[in-house]
Amino acid sequence: MSMVEDAKATVQGALQTVMKTAVALAPDNWIPGGIPDPIMRQQHGSIGKALSRIDGPLKVGGTAPFAAEFALEGMVYAAVAFSTIAKGRIATIDTAAAEASPGVVLVMTYKNAPRMEKVPLFGSSPKAAGGADLTIMQDPSVHWNGQPIAVVLAETQEQADHAKTLIHVTYDEDPATLSFADAKAAGTDQGMFMGEPLHAEIGKAEEALAAAPHKVDAAYLTPRHNHNAIELHAATIAWDGDALRVHDASQLVAHTAWSLSKVFGIAEDQVRVSSPFVGGGFGGKCLWDHQVLGAAAAKLAGRPVRIMLSREGVYRVVGGRTLTEQRVAIGADASGKFTALIHTGITAMTSHNAMPEPFILPTMSVYGADSFLLDVRVTHIDMLANTFMRAPGESVGTFALESAVDELAAAMGIDPIELKLINEPDKDPLMGLPFSQRDVEKAYRDGAERFGWTDRPKTPGSRREGEWLIGMGVATATYPYHRMSGGAARITLTRDGHATVDIAAHEMGMGTATAHTQVTADRLGLPIEQVVFRYGDTIFPGVVLAGGSQQTASIGASVIEAHKALVTELLKLAGNDSPLAGLKPDEVGCFDAGLAALEDDGRHESYASILSRAQRDELVVEAAAPPPLELQHWSMHSHGAVFVEARVNAVTGEVRVPRMLGSFDCGRILNPKTGRSQFRGGMIMGLGLALMEETEFDERNGRIMNPSLSDYHVPVHLDVPEIDVIWTDIPDPHSPMGARGIGEIGITGVAAAVANAVFNATGKRVRDLPITLDKLL
Amino acid sequence: MTPFTYARAADAATAVSGAGANAKYLGGGTNLVDLMRETIERPEALVDVTGLAQAIEARADGSLLIGAAVKNTALAEDRTVRRDFPLIARAILAGASGQIRNMATVGGNILQRTRCAYFYDNEGSRCNKRQPGQGCDALDGFNRNHAILGTSHACIATHPSDMCIALVAHDAIVHLEGRAGKRTIPLTDLHRLPEGHPEIETMLEPGELITAIEVPALGFGRRAIYRKVRDRSSYAFALVSVAAALDIEDGRVRDVRLALGGVGTKPWRAWQSEAALRGAPATEVSFRRAAEAELANAKGYRENGFKIELAKRMIVAALQELAA
Repeated sequence: MSMVEDAKATVQGALQTVMKTAVALAPDNWIPGGIPDPIMRQQHGSIGKALSRIDGPLKVGGTAPFAAEFALEGMVYAAVAFSTIAKGRIATIDTAAAEASPGVVLVMTYKNAPRMEKVPLFGSSPKAAGGADLTIMQDPSVHWNGQPIAVVLAETQEQADHAKTLIHVTYDEDPATLSFADAKAAGTDQGMFMGEPLHAEIGKAEEALAAAPHKVDAAYLTPRHNHNAIELHAATIAWDGDALRVHDASQLVAHTAWSLSKVFGIAEDQVRVSSPFVGGGFGGKCLWDHQVLGAAAAKLAGRPVRIMLSREGVYRVVGGRTLTEQRVAIGADASGKFTALIHTGITAMTSHNAMPEPFILPTMSVYGADSFLLDVRVTHIDMLANTFMRAPGESVGTFALESAVDELAAAMGIDPIELKLINEPDKDPLMGLPFSQRDVEKAYRDGAERFGWTDRPKTPGSRREGEWLIGMGVATATYPYHRMSGGAARITLTRDGHATVDIAAHEMGMGTATAHTQVTADRLGLPIEQVVFRYGDTIFPGVVLAGGSQQTASIGASVIEAHKALVTELLKLAGNDSPLAGLKPDEVGCFDAGLAALEDDGRHESYASILSRAQRDELVVEAAAPPPLELQHWSMHSHGAVFVEARVNAVTGEVRVPRMLGSFDCGRILNPKTGRSQFRGGMIMGLGLALMEETEFDERNGRIMNPSLSDYHVPVHLDVPEIDVIWTDIPDPHSPMGARGIGEIGITGVAAAVANAVFNATGKRVRDLPITLDKLL
Repeated sequence: MTPFTYARAADAATAVSGAGANAKYLGGGTNLVDLMRETIERPEALVDVTGLAQAIEARADGSLLIGAAVKNTALAEDRTVRRDFPLIARAILAGASGQIRNMATVGGNILQRTRCAYFYDNEGSRCNKRQPGQGCDALDGFNRNHAILGTSHACIATHPSDMCIALVAHDAIVHLEGRAGKRTIPLTDLHRLPEGHPEIETMLEPGELITAIEVPALGFGRRAIYRKVRDRSSYAFALVSVAAALDIEDGRVRDVRLALGGVGTKPWRAWQSEAALRGAPATEVSFRRAAEAELANAKGYRENGFKIELAKRMIVAALQELAA
């Protein structure tokens, strides 16, 4: 990462700030009675400053190496052929012409692939990373339309791509379940998520609904979505004897290394996976068939392999978000208090994965109600395994929930913001736990004022400029705080006062390395120029998934523990000749490149002085984060209020969104610049979810028919308006740094806010996404 | 991509004589190269004609002669085009992206092929255009972007060009050079309806090359509308587009040009609408009647039936705006 150091020196606006007071050690954990992380209220350090990304110059200059840019000696290029049937077996596969094609090194099929175990299915053990519980290229069976059936290795990518087209395959087809209607008719099962049934009941919700004086009860549909990170999925892979080296585009390097070791029957420490830069993750940059096939082909060829999926290949091999059919019913009393909150429905998955889209998650904590009925049923389709995609559950669940709340507000003649606040719970509505920090009302009030909510047309369809009908909508954004077990970090402190943090975390473009350089600098009382944050490599400690918006908390808790170990060791080294003599770790803080007594910052000794006297060039400590006990004591959720102005063309039905605002309550924001970008990125993805994204899955043969960025629509620049983002910046006293991750929340609530604005503009309620113009004609 | 030879033609005559049976003329390559990557097109030879006629000639009679190798961007930015033929400039700018328009040629734009997903899916889908007699998976499949006019049991694919909609409205004439010599053909007659043979898309003879496009003068074309409706603000093909120019005298329609994109299996000149409009009062009632006349024979499929109403509304709105 020395290039990061180099780049950092040139970062525009690099902050020279150092802490003005000593920062004490953070608590062991965040259980009741514990003290909050002292850094969370720190106002004078790097945290909270709009530092530009430390990797910015590398990316602008084209020198940040991505997975498909590592050139290895003797490397060959892979092209993948995909099945064209949904279910059955390969009857014949003729690779002779491909093998004879210029530059071809080999063609791998189930007939000659190395023997491999299944990739352990994600969730089946702590480091399992597999998207599907299937062997890869071990037999002639076909489980989805688009499954890899052959890999061509050639001296150039073009030669491999051409040879792939010369492979001839015939199939014996089996009957497949491809339509959602057929799948539902075949029956549904209870959806299970993280080992728990997606089901909750409090009271008798159906009876309460029936008895309620005010109610809504409607069905909402959301389609399949595919991952479209700009960086294509890729890996550059080499074997050295039994040691496997993978340059990956990954949001879970430790999981990938462990899982690949199981696939190839080698020790975990024989696999090294690194991923210095990732061009977008969103839940899609995990372990799919291509890394396994690349490693298998490299083994077969005895040469390093670069495997980069084509855009079509990403659609064929990497799962996306599955479709949902949701019912939301709300009963309310005369004052608007919810007496019944029902959110149920069906989602499709496969028989070989474990990822029902958990769309009821937002309804488990956003509102209070006298009774609840929440349930996710699953049905099975013969398709590529669906997977996580930004805010799994909440992104599409908030569309249904927040549309329904808006419908109820309209039916009752109440401002939707007031209806939401009337039903703001004072404790977790299902678990009964206190909230760790929840300032939803402030987010709403601040957002409403800044957006000009009072100017919303009171009557739907009443405001028009020329052909354009104008409306405003609002919806709640929400995503939980997560912190998974497994976090660990190493700190190396050198005599010249430089610190390096090593942790197997991930930088996918959201600013992780920048924000944690800031945090570490503040914690250690160093200027950021003297801190290097190294990540994205299994040679570093920690099992840190960059998912579930948990990475920030996981890194934070890991660095806190390492920091504690560092201070303990420094005090030992300081010994009796130091001004710090006799002080215990919790009696000192880091300040001005050294340690100081909390009670008397005159008692200070620099790191350089301590290490010099101890005749040490450096001090290395490593520690693991404690288990996430905070989640057992508090209900921890982030929230936001999303405001949207929509314009709907009365002639053509076209929808334009000229204005959006997100007002978030997500704890302390570590870096407003990268944070704002992350919120905005999520909101843009939400705009795509609302207006255009839809995977065209042909139910006749299970084939995805729009596997390209020209046919699968995501917003273009012209679709994206100025997006205003504000936040409460109120720290969560029960999380590291007072922060909660913000990776997912931006996408949530947006689709409902758009749908609600479209309703306000036109009087038409669209309950199936995307909101395309034909639905408004 | 199947291996091929590449040669750059110095002029039309050598291009034509140098193009063998399995050769293709290469313009900007923005569509052909895509199709080659997908192995839908597998020419053995490419004859690069981007070095040929690149002039936009404003002739004394007010007409234009546009070299086939003129880039889309150059045509859209040309002063005479913008002043006297604004439909052409606006239609071009409504299509593709800046980068693609910088590469794409006028001749290539006319001969671009449909973006039907089933046509593109060489390995996994049936397509009569790609493989005559194979069947058409678009008929009952994803056909939101497909045609409602000029369709057949064999094919419902749209011609995707925006520029061609403006050109057919302008009665453009295509200049050709082939092994048998030179000839011209009206653009409205260049593309064929699919009927039973969607694989035969144009009236071009084998080896025939588009050398230029002639656009006759049209006085009332200075005030014209190209309106395109699609599923996002930019970089998407038309669901429906309307090219319109209207000549009104004493409250009656003296002349009119109307063409539709996104709805036809070929660039669609709305002859029925025009016939209904000529001589009729310039009122919403007439406009609506004209729209109904053109769409009377439209046929909606699984996903695109909405285009019938949308096209009618857009025709009426465009004419009303021009009449205002």
